Amino acid sequence: MVDAVYRSDSRRVLATLIRLLGDFDLAEEALHDAFTAALERWPREGVPANPRAWLVSAGRFKAIDAIRRRARFDRSQALLAERLEAEGPAVEPGDDEGVEDDRLRLTFTCCHPALTSDAQVALTLREVCGLTTEEIARAFLTTAPTVAQRIVRAKGKIRDAGIPYEVPSRSDLPERLDGVLRVIYLVFNEGYSATSGETVVRAELSTEAIRLGRLLVSLLPEPEARGLLALMLLHESRRAARTSAEGELILLDDQDRSRWNRDLIAEGRPLVTRALLSRRFGPYTLQAAIAAVHAEAATAGATDWAQIVGLYDLLLRADPGPVVELNRAVAVAMRDGPAAGLALIDAMLTRGDLDDYHLAHSARADLCRRLGRATEARASYQRALALTRLEPERRFLERRLREVS
Amino acid sequence: MRYLCIIYDEEKKLNAMSKADADTFMSEYFTFTEAIKQSGHHLAGEALQPVQTATTVRVRAGKVSTTDGPFAETKEQLGGFYMINAKDLNDAIQVAARIPSARTGSIEVRPIVEFDQQ
Repeated sequence: MVDAVYRSDSRRVLATLIRLLGDFDLAEEALHDAFTAALERWPREGVPANPRAWLVSAGRFKAIDAIRRRARFDRSQALLAERLEAEGPAVEPGDDEGVEDDRLRLTFTCCHPALTSDAQVALTLREVCGLTTEEIARAFLTTAPTVAQRIVRAKGKIRDAGIPYEVPSRSDLPERLDGVLRVIYLVFNEGYSATSGETVVRAELSTEAIRLGRLLVSLLPEPEARGLLALMLLHESRRAARTSAEGELILLDDQDRSRWNRDLIAEGRPLVTRALLSRRFGPYTLQAAIAAVHAEAATAGATDWAQIVGLYDLLLRADPGPVVELNRAVAVAMRDGPAAGLALIDAMLTRGDLDDYHLAHSARADLCRRLGRATEARASYQRALALTRLEPERRFLERRLREVS
Repeated sequence: MRYLCIIYDEEKKLNAMSKADADTFMSEYFTFTEAIKQSGHHLAGEALQPVQTATTVRVRAGKVSTTDGPFAETKEQLGGFYMINAKDLNDAIQVAARIPSARTGSIEVRPIVEFDQQ
């Protein structure tokens, strides 16, 4: 029973304790003490009616005790203990809304722009999602001490610079929400298309990102939060279909669409529609809309490429950049034929925008291959191969290279 | 909490301003200072003479060395500061964003070490 409550509620209890105690480390210690007390008392006395409120209150008392013990050496700690006691428990039994607000507050604190991007990601995964430093290190191909140090530094800055536990005021919300969405999307992408290493997918990171996305939408139903959640769900729906049993990469066109997860698609599509109807949407919603058009096509040949090109036009305006332009060129190739797409990609490469980006060269190679220009296709596959770091992508490109040789 | 808002501006840009623009800029500073006095944020604030009036002093091996100017050539120069009292970093950031030089240069927001509380 305690185990089950730990899994479902420990992060919520922690978020509330952080707000009440104003200190990450103290709150983590208190969380640990509260669960230790639960292990002792629940089997004897029975599980309390509201386990979460019980844990928060137990954690708070344990923390006040701990501060008192330290107060023997330090007068300011005694004042802190008095203040905490006087404030009283801020969580009423059954106050679920308040507890969820604490998680939102904590998310905004962990994604504060005064922290480095790496620290934001690590801190969010550790404090909001409850991943261990080892799990975070494995996911980001770094060492546990590096991650631990990043988290310690970030907590130090939160304390010393006075980064508050609060949802930003209305005037700051759009900019700060962008920061939170960016962290969630980074986590998702790291799980969905890792930038290097043996496996293409590190599923648990994507699952965490989607959980965070759902939490954010339920607490702060802003259009772009919906758009991002939809985007993640629609990408995630193809996970099983995008790699073969041997771990080889399968492109969208060649995927077995019966293996797409219909539940995730059904959850994602209405979110896109709602976000689009708000007319306050941005890049995430537009990318989700493009993913939705793919999801709606029963076969690759049935894809509505005209609509996809139109969405890329909007996306290019909302979020201009060479990667979006490249994707638009590929969509144009599908709508108007490979020659039209190739002309756009060549223009971009001539400008020097994407010369170091492996996907630009593999897209060019693919269009040359379809036009029967084998020599050019070979050269571009080789260039792409030289630039990619991900094993399954390398094997895919090598396969294609053999086909045109 | 107390924060020091350190103002960096490009003196070259400021010097190139027309008289009218410079007057507007100054009056924005007066309005801002008055506003943060009203809101209770203001503790202190000063503008500095231009960087060519600066002198850098070092003591090495007991010997005082005095040189002209700041030690590094940078695009933006330290031009002044406000010491403010703010609820937390978000509050301080909102104050700093209203400093007129935030639009032309940049503001570094640094918490003050409160020795008596540590």
